[in-house]
Amino acid sequence: MIQAIAFYLFAFMVVASAALTITARNPVHAVLWLILAFFNAAGLMVLVGAEFIAMLLVIVYVGAVAVLFLFVVMMLNVDFAELRSGFARYLPLGLVLAIVLAAEIVFYAFVRSAVAGPVELGRRVAVIKDDVPNIEAIGNLLYTRYLFVFEGAGFVLLVAMIGAIVLTHRERSGVRPQNVSRQIARRPQDAVRKTQPTVGQGVEL
Amino acid sequence: MIGLTHYLVVAAILFALGVLGIVINRKNLIVMLMAIELILLAVNLNLVAFSAYLHDLVGQVFAMFVLTVAAGEAAIGLAILVIYFRGRGTISVDDVNRMKG
Repeated sequence: MIQAIAFYLFAFMVVASAALTITARNPVHAVLWLILAFFNAAGLMVLVGAEFIAMLLVIVYVGAVAVLFLFVVMMLNVDFAELRSGFARYLPLGLVLAIVLAAEIVFYAFVRSAVAGPVELGRRVAVIKDDVPNIEAIGNLLYTRYLFVFEGAGFVLLVAMIGAIVLTHRERSGVRPQNVSRQIARRPQDAVRKTQPTVGQGVEL
Repeated sequence: MIGLTHYLVVAAILFALGVLGIVINRKNLIVMLMAIELILLAVNLNLVAFSAYLHDLVGQVFAMFVLTVAAGEAAIGLAILVIYFRGRGTISVDDVNRMKG
């Protein structure tokens, strides 16, 4: 009973905040609604016992991706009112497209379960056991069977990081940045000279 | 009792909202990227729900990889957005014709 109440609460909140994300006037508000949607989706995942993915959703999406969005929205000085033009023009087309798409998926989900009965797997790769915690089970699977895929995922993140840095980095003219390699290459014999000038003559540089 | 179909319906609505967001925010590239994140969230919800109701953990592992790709995509997309804004001073999608495609 309490599970059903929690499910309907989370489901309503995630759909409502997703709708507000795509219709919000101010992109900062859109990002905040997106964060709320992610929190409620994490709640939905906790309800079915996927704690690890739920926490990952909160940490990765809310902690990193949404904050990145927030930074970019605040960094760009854009006239957002002008960007909203054409909103009403595309709304009927978008509504028709979205409703048809959702109806198709929902219809198929119901028809499939009514005609063919519940989905059954012929073979399970990793059965969920009740006595093993979710995080422990996922760790066991991730670091053994899916080790190379996991490293591939890390590589994807590395390439994304390098790509983002290379894309947004720019050499600015007119500033004098620290030149680390020149500083390190500087030797005492190049920088210091010993002289013994006669009195009253000074040193020629 | 909450069944698999409930989760599929929520994910389907979320997916449709993401598609709607892409169509109606034709000018605002940032909200379009957010709509893509919503679509990926719906996919993750489907993967996790199937994983839980079919008692197979692989769905949750795969949801993690989807999350990884989504994070990389957001980072690269926003980086492209920033350099595009630097060059053009706008983020309207209708103006993206520099490559004459």
